[in-house]
Amino acid sequence: MAQYAVLIYAADAAHGENASPEELEMHGRHARELEDAGCMTAAFALESIATATSIRGDAVTDGPFLEGKEVVAGFYIIEAPDLDEALRVAGRNPVTRYGGGVEVRPVAGSFVREPVTR
Amino acid sequence: MSDLSPAAVAAAVADAHRRGWAIVLASTVRVARDLDLAEECVQEAYASALATWPRDGIPASPLGWLTTAARRRAIDAHRREQVLRSKLSLLVEPEEHPAHEVEDPAGVWVGQAADHVSDERLRLVFLCCHPALAQEAQLALTLRLVCGVPTADIARSLLVSETTMSARLTRAKKKISTARIPFRMPTHAELPDRLRGALGVIHLLFTMGHTAPSGASLVRTDLVEQAVHLARMLRGLMPDEREVCGLLALLLVTDARRSTRVDDQGRLVPLAEQDRSRWDRKAVAEAHAFIVAGLRAGPPGRYLLQAAIASLYAEAATFEETDWPQIVRLYDQLLSVWPSPVVALNRAVAVAQVSGPAQALAEVEGLEATGALESYQYLHAIKADLLARQGRREEAAAAYRRALELTRNDAERAFLAERAGQGT
Repeated sequence: MAQYAVLIYAADAAHGENASPEELEMHGRHARELEDAGCMTAAFALESIATATSIRGDAVTDGPFLEGKEVVAGFYIIEAPDLDEALRVAGRNPVTRYGGGVEVRPVAGSFVREPVTR
Repeated sequence: MSDLSPAAVAAAVADAHRRGWAIVLASTVRVARDLDLAEECVQEAYASALATWPRDGIPASPLGWLTTAARRRAIDAHRREQVLRSKLSLLVEPEEHPAHEVEDPAGVWVGQAADHVSDERLRLVFLCCHPALAQEAQLALTLRLVCGVPTADIARSLLVSETTMSARLTRAKKKISTARIPFRMPTHAELPDRLRGALGVIHLLFTMGHTAPSGASLVRTDLVEQAVHLARMLRGLMPDEREVCGLLALLLVTDARRSTRVDDQGRLVPLAEQDRSRWDRKAVAEAHAFIVAGLRAGPPGRYLLQAAIASLYAEAATFEETDWPQIVRLYDQLLSVWPSPVVALNRAVAVAQVSGPAQALAEVEGLEATGALESYQYLHAIKADLLARQGRREEAAAAYRRALELTRNDAERAFLAERAGQGT
């Protein structure tokens, strides 16, 4: 098994201000499918692009690192035996049918620690 | 059979290279589990054939001998654990029919496992043409791994430096390894898409050879011949896929005109003026048989229709006797399965013969207005021809000049420059 990161590209994060309950539900349903299938090992949904801040060199700017029609709305990690299977799983993400898309990248290494709650 | 002349051995090795590189490499990949190692072992096997066959004679099954030699080298390399240092390990699906132990010196292997070998070559083709690779990488990998063309020759054929080509191949192999693109047959559900991709690579290879995108000569024979070789191989491996037969037919019938497309000075000769007695009738007939069988079997796909059109051009006794109305009908059918502005443009050429240049020009201008073919040289060349045929010389010359600006092939440039000059 190998790990692949699936980066979700959309006009804005699903959790952005303009997201409808239907859209949130659609993405939630897909996330539950992946959980049930047992192939997803981690997932992160990001807040709206309006909340992003970027740093290049010493310069801190408001907004995404790369200006474009689509931004990274979130990402998750799946396990798959090969790229074909990873593409099959990632291709089921509803964003691919609603004007956005996904990028699939092999994971070279990872580290996750449970966040400290205060 | 001993003490053969070096020339006889060299010929036998060259023949085994042409016919068998893909077979030998594909079955070595399985034990090497690393594309670079497999390539290296296969190259060494061919080199050792050159060295040992003059002494020992040419084996009864040269491909069996080469495969055994290459696989043994790969197994040895694994024993020496050289491969642990490699970064290009390949994900090889377990064998469905475990191969026989390849200790036999010759003959046995290819004879016993012919079906299985076919499978391996297909896996190799689908690996090289995987959609996760850029098409230029697919093209280069197919030439290198399936056809066994040396990197320097691929670079020359595709008009890039050897360094660039070598880096492109390395990048592609790294991606195959790191992203785990598997060495396996596409599933039933994946096959139509994946086959379309592989056929697209072979067709592109042919197109680049048939009319070289740039350079001095119109045709790059090496690319054309590799494309025909690949199409033939694929047709041997997947005889029931009608689009595979369609593509092979298209290449055969198009290439049948090769020797008449330029004159002795390398100048381009238009279709109407080509010497039809020198067309390769055998290739045209072979293509015809594929087309007839394919059209009978059900609704035709893109390549079968293109082949049928090309075949109507090739089978007419004279340019004037070409069945233009039937060609227009086939183009209509082609547009319904493959709605491409290039197809619509080519259709307009046939429309000019049926309904006259004015009607065809209106269609070409309609296409021009969409902007999709603005940088496509043939749009301007065809428009120029249609204008010239209506006596609109100045406009024709302007369109020829626009086509000339976009054309990088010397033979085509000379043709267009002459036409542009006639108008002024």
